[in-house]
Formats: sequence, structure tokens, C-alpha cells
Amino acid sequence: MARPVRFNVHPIKADINENVSIVDMPEGYSGEGFFTTKLSNVVGLARKNSLWPMPFATSCCGIEFMATMASHYDLARFGAERLGFSPRQCDLLMVMGTIAKKMGPIVKQVYLQMAEPRWVMAVGACASSGGIFDTYSVLQGIDQVVPVDVYVPGCPPRPEAILDGFIRIQDLVGKESVRRRNSDEYKNLLQSYGIQ
Amino acid sequence: MSLTNETIKERLKAKFGDEVSNFEEPYGLLTFEAPKDLNLKIMQFLFDDEELRFQFLTDLCAVHYPGQAGRELAVVYHLHNLTDNIRLRFKVFTAIAQPDVFTATQLYSSANWMERETFDFYGVNFVGHPNLKRILNVDEMTYFPMRKEFPLEDQTRIDKDDAMFGRGPGGVKAGVDGQGHGPVTGQAGPLNTADQGGATSQEMRAGKGSDEL
Amino acid sequence: MSVDQHIKLPEGSIEKTTTTLNLGPTHPATHGVFQNILELDGERIVSAEQTVGYIHRAFEKLAERRPLYQITTLTDRLNYCSSPINNMGWHITCEKLLGVKTPKRVDYLRVIIMELSRISDHLICNSVVGVDSGAFTGFLYVMQYRELIYEIYEEVCGSRLTTNMGRIGGFERNFTNAAFEKLEKFLAEYPGVLREFENMFTRNRIFMERTIGAGPISAERALNYGFTGPNLRAAGVDYDVRVHTPYSSYEDFQFEIPVGSTGDCYDRFLVRNGEMWQSLKIIEDAYRKVKEFKGTDADVFHADAPAYYLPEKKDVYTKMEALIWHFKIVMGETEIPPGEVYQSVEGGNGEVGYYLISDGGRTPYRLHFRRPCFIYYQAYSELTKGSMLSDAIITMSSLNLIAGEMDA
Repeated sequence: MARPVRFNVHPIKADINENVSIVDMPEGYSGEGFFTTKLSNVVGLARKNSLWPMPFATSCCGIEFMATMASHYDLARFGAERLGFSPRQCDLLMVMGTIAKKMGPIVKQVYLQMAEPRWVMAVGACASSGGIFDTYSVLQGIDQVVPVDVYVPGCPPRPEAILDGFIRIQDLVGKESVRRRNSDEYKNLLQSYGIQ
Repeated sequence: MSLTNETIKERLKAKFGDEVSNFEEPYGLLTFEAPKDLNLKIMQFLFDDEELRFQFLTDLCAVHYPGQAGRELAVVYHLHNLTDNIRLRFKVFTAIAQPDVFTATQLYSSANWMERETFDFYGVNFVGHPNLKRILNVDEMTYFPMRKEFPLEDQTRIDKDDAMFGRGPGGVKAGVDGQGHGPVTGQAGPLNTADQGGATSQEMRAGKGSDEL
Repeated sequence: MSVDQHIKLPEGSIEKTTTTLNLGPTHPATHGVFQNILELDGERIVSAEQTVGYIHRAFEKLAERRPLYQITTLTDRLNYCSSPINNMGWHITCEKLLGVKTPKRVDYLRVIIMELSRISDHLICNSVVGVDSGAFTGFLYVMQYRELIYEIYEEVCGSRLTTNMGRIGGFERNFTNAAFEKLEKFLAEYPGVLREFENMFTRNRIFMERTIGAGPISAERALNYGFTGPNLRAAGVDYDVRVHTPYSSYEDFQFEIPVGSTGDCYDRFLVRNGEMWQSLKIIEDAYRKVKEFKGTDADVFHADAPAYYLPEKKDVYTKMEALIWHFKIVMGETEIPPGEVYQSVEGGNGEVGYYLISDGGRTPYRLHFRRPCFIYYQAYSELTKGSMLSDAIITMSSLNLIAGEMDA
């Protein structure tokens, strides 16, 4: 029952002019010497291509993150060149690895130290839902303590999956309304987590 | 003359007589048992003796046998003689009601954290330990999780349905253990309360939990 | 309102002359989650108190719930930088309990994989020591070759990091030609890379000044603290489980054990580099030995133990008996003899021991992991007493503390 292995039988010839990726202009109305668009589009475009992630690496997913950051998979091409280790300077909290109950308050503390706008990515099965560790000492997912924007499943997720999660965060960042953080829905969400 | 299991057995019997008992050699490793008051004396003898020289503590752990009355907790020491390359396993049994065992920290510095871990999991009280407190679990935990009567899962979690795993509410079904090891006592106290360690899931979400960081 | 109505200072904190610094669980230099509370007198460390358990996942309790094959996935997550060593160590423990004898070809293939994982583990540790002393290039350069090792793992078992590799009695499939080609590519290219990595660090003035004399330990204290692995060998004791209690046919291989003298960070760095060279030598040796098996011998990749070795997938999907056996073995319904066994293997950090007590049931009655990181981290306060803060950081990273292994 062998299935033939499929290779990329139509390789694309490398061409420098097509390989350079240029960010698309947001929709708007332009004329001689001016361009109008929504503020959220411009702000979102700037933000999403310059996110400063905070790696909160606890276990095995942390090693896959190191591989993502290294030159083979390279997170820097997406604008996340500068990894901050202080939450006060970061936009995106990437929680990678199992969070034990002992560590839960610390994740909360780190999240509280981040300034708005902030996003959270739960990388790996353990951060999403506790993973294979359905035990007395493991927090069954960081969404028990902080609101999460993107979940990346996998044990550990391949670097490509982590990059996919990052791209989805970029989508969220790019399309976010400037009024979101002051809206009632967001405030209720934070209230349910006990965050003022 | 190289050191063999026979020689070690002879020396131990010569020094301690009937106190050391239950000599076995499962898979080639000499194993014996001794009363808990003699654990330090035996280890000191094995350490100092010119011929025996068991000067490396490989491992220290405990096992819980709920069926044996008066001998429920076994503390198991694995010793290693590096120069002659012989290993030894040595057990002391203690009752669960009074689980006091002398600490080996004076002799082996590596026993410090291994005994704390054993205390954390089983509640064995190591007499004379410099800092006997929990090491791996949350400090507020009130029970000893590795004992057989306590369940593996966090009973306060709301996102997983125990009925789907064949386990009734409150943890392991009374009478049948998940792994077929025989009946365990039904529901112990901490299963449904916040004693699991710090806070339940809901409380953690609301912001309570360990305050010290 | 006066200050003391707002702020409650801890007892004796005004009179205290030392500063408390919390090198908290989240810190760029703690690779993994463990905490150190340091008391500093200016820049000098007076005392250090460690807190672990921030990633305690209750492996030992989990293992009492899982049949033998399901425990392999737990062992992956102990020292996750070198998961295959833990997997194979666990399978060797089970083979000892069950009385399964593996053929030589399986042993040699296991040796190849275990030595590759050892290289992968030491690469992370050494490059991260470089990063902590400010040299980022080594890390990026060397991670490329870790990717090649991951590709070899993928050819063998399908996964990169948490490999769950092998079965009780051997491997799940024979190594493909692609796996051997990648191995040959690795053996051809890696020595040059390692040499360049060494040139960057070994006689580099800045690196030497940073690491020589940082966190030294004498051989007697190291033995008393239960050190094993490269940390013990850097202190001068040549204890290596592969040589003293050989498993998986390690006695058929000739290799040296690099040994240091002072046990400081520089010695640990050099010992790990030396071990990588020795591992390369062992892999070449083992590969040559594997190539000597010709004909039907070259198709052997597992022991003949139908009660414990999962049947091949092509049979499981087509034949009823194979499907039933697969189910029975995975659920632990085949006969497991009662007994207690202690087996240790030389992991990236030292002696990884598995103490397994079986009572004849489906799952172990007790499984205890002897975790080297947990045992030698106790010595950290002694290693850093009286040294400067920067030495404390570099000592921590050179000890190769893997939090998963520490807390289990």
C-alpha cells in the first residue's frame, strides 16, 4: 500500500525581482500628494511588522522556539527581530511550554506588566490546554489565568507552525480597531480574569 | 580479591547480624532491608569501610505500599562503589503513622534535595534535615500526592470531563483503581477543595493564588 | 501620612547590609524556569537560595497510570534537548525487566542515535554559554547543524524534538537510505563546524577571562553532591556510565573520556567539546559496524519478542491478529513479570536512572527517575559563594540545567 512520495516537481526558478516581498498598501483614497485611509489600517500595518515578542519559554516548546529564532526558520523576517526579556517593553507574550500551578501567578504578573496593546500567543499543547499533563500540578491551559489571542497546537509545534501562529497574530494586529481596547467587550473580558 | 555481592553480604551480616535481612539479587543488584533506626549506621559503615567504600549515593526515593500495615512507606537508597564498580540497594520501611527516618544529609550532600522530594511526595519526615520543606509542589499543598490514595488529576478542573475517561466524579472509582492495582480508599479530603495547591482554576483566573514571587 | 503607614518593610531589612536579588523564574539567562534568590554584598554573592518546581509535571504519578509504551512519551520530556537518550534508556530498562535481548545491529543503531543526541545536547549547552558571555554568532552557526540532526531523527521516527523513538527491542522501522545519507552528510560537514566553533571560543581572551575560575568545584565535593556527567568529569573524576556499566553494546567501542581539573565553567565547556569529538568518533565507528551487516542481517531492526514489540504497521492495518496484538501490547495486557530493576544510561547531563518496580500489573507500581540536573543543582549555592554576579549567571548556564529534567 505504498503511496508515492510527492516531491515539488514544479520548482520555481529563483528571481530576485519576484522574491522580494513588499507589503501591500492599505485600501484608501489617494490623489496627488496625499493618501487617506483609516487610522487603524496604518497603525495596524506599522504594529504588525514590528512586534516585539517576549519569549516566555518554559520547556520543550522553548527549544523549538530557539530553532524558530535561529537562522534556518528565522523569526526576524517577520519583523520580530528584537526579543525583549522585559515585559514592559514587549507587545506579544509568547508562552511556550507547560505552565505549572506554581508558575501561573507569574504568568499573570508578567502579563500585567505589559502595556496595552498586548497580545498573547499560547504555543504548544501544554500552554493551550495542559497537553498530555492532566495532573494535579499543571495548569490546564494558560487561558485559565490570562486572555489568549492565538493558540498554536502541537507537541512541540514545528517551527513552521509557530510561524503560522505568528502570522495569525499579525493578522489580528493589522485588523484591530483603534477602539478595541476601550470597548466594553474587552473590559468585560479582562474583568473575568480579575484584571482591572 | 575483587568485591562481589557475596562478600558484601558476608561483611554486612558479620557487622549487623540479624538486623539486615531479606537479601535478594534482582537482576544482579544486591538488595537488602534494615530497620529504620540503623539506616545511618549502615550507610556510615558502607562509606568508611576500607573494602566496601560505597561513597556515592546514586538515588534516594520512597515507595508506598498501602497494604502492608506498619510498613507502608519504604525509603530506598541506591549506593554505588565507583572504584570497584558495584551497586547496592538498601531499603528501610516505616509506618505511615510515624514516618520518621534519620537523614543522610551529613554523610551525602546529595541527599538534601532528594529527601525534600521524598518528603514532598510521600510525607516521610527526615529527622535532622536542615531544611525539610516542599520542593517541587506548591508550598501551600496540604497532602502528599504520590501516595496511592490520591488521584492524578486536578479534581477542580472544569474543561475535562472525567466521565469520558471512565472515572466518576471525585476521581478514581472506589473499588477499582485505574491501573488494576487493587482497591483504594474512596474519596479523600482534598479532591474537591482548593487544597490541591494554592488555588483552584477559577480562583487563579480571578487573581488569587500564590502572592509571593 | 508617614511612610511606614504605606509600606511594610520586612523584619530587619533596614539593618541588613546585603541586597536581595531575585533571579526570578523568568529571566533571559535562566534557560528554563527555576529561581535563585541571591544575597549580594555589592557585586559579591553572599548566599544563593534556589527554588525549583516551577514546571513540576508529576511524571512519576503519571507513570503509574500508563502502560510501558505510553511512558516513552513522558521520558521524551525529561531532558528535551536529547530525548532519544531518555527513550532508549527507558526501553533498555524495560528490556531488562522483560528479559528481551537486542541483536547487535539494533545496539549499534541505538548507539548512533544516542551519540547524535549527545552532540545535540552539548551543542545547545555550549552555544548558550557563548550567548550568555555575549557571543551570539556561535549559537546561530551551530543551530544549523542541530537542524541536520533533527532531520536524521525525522527520517527514523518522524519527529524532531520529542521523538518517542524506538520500541522495546529495537526500532519501529529500518533506517532508510535517506537517513544514512543525511548521517554521512553530517559526518562530513560537522567536524569543520565544530573546529570553527572551538576556534571562536577556546583561546578567546574574553571568553577565557569570563569562564576560568567561575564556579569551581573539587572532585570530592562533586562526588558528595552526586554530580555525574560532564560536570563531574570537569572536576576530574572519569565516571561515565557507558564505560562503567555498559549498555547497548558500548563495550564494543573504543573512546576516551575527556576529564578536566578544576571543575570551573571553562573546564565544563572544554569537556563538552571533547565529548562531542568522542561522540563523532563513536558514530563513525558504529556506522562502519552497521554497514558490515549484509544481506538479511541488514534487515534486522528489532529483537524477536512478539509479546512486547509492536507488530509492523503494514500488518496492523491488514491482519486481525497483528491488530489485536498491537492493542494488547499498547494497553499493557501482555505479561509483565513482577520485579524491580534499576537501569541507568549516560544522558547529556549524567547518569539518568530508571528505578522501575513492577507488580505484574499493566502499569508500573512505582517508577522513579534519577534526574541528574535535580541532584547537581543543589550544589549551586556552594559553587557561587563569594563570586560575582556575572559568574553566577555563567555558572548557571554552563551547568546545563534543563528545567524539564529538574522538576519532572
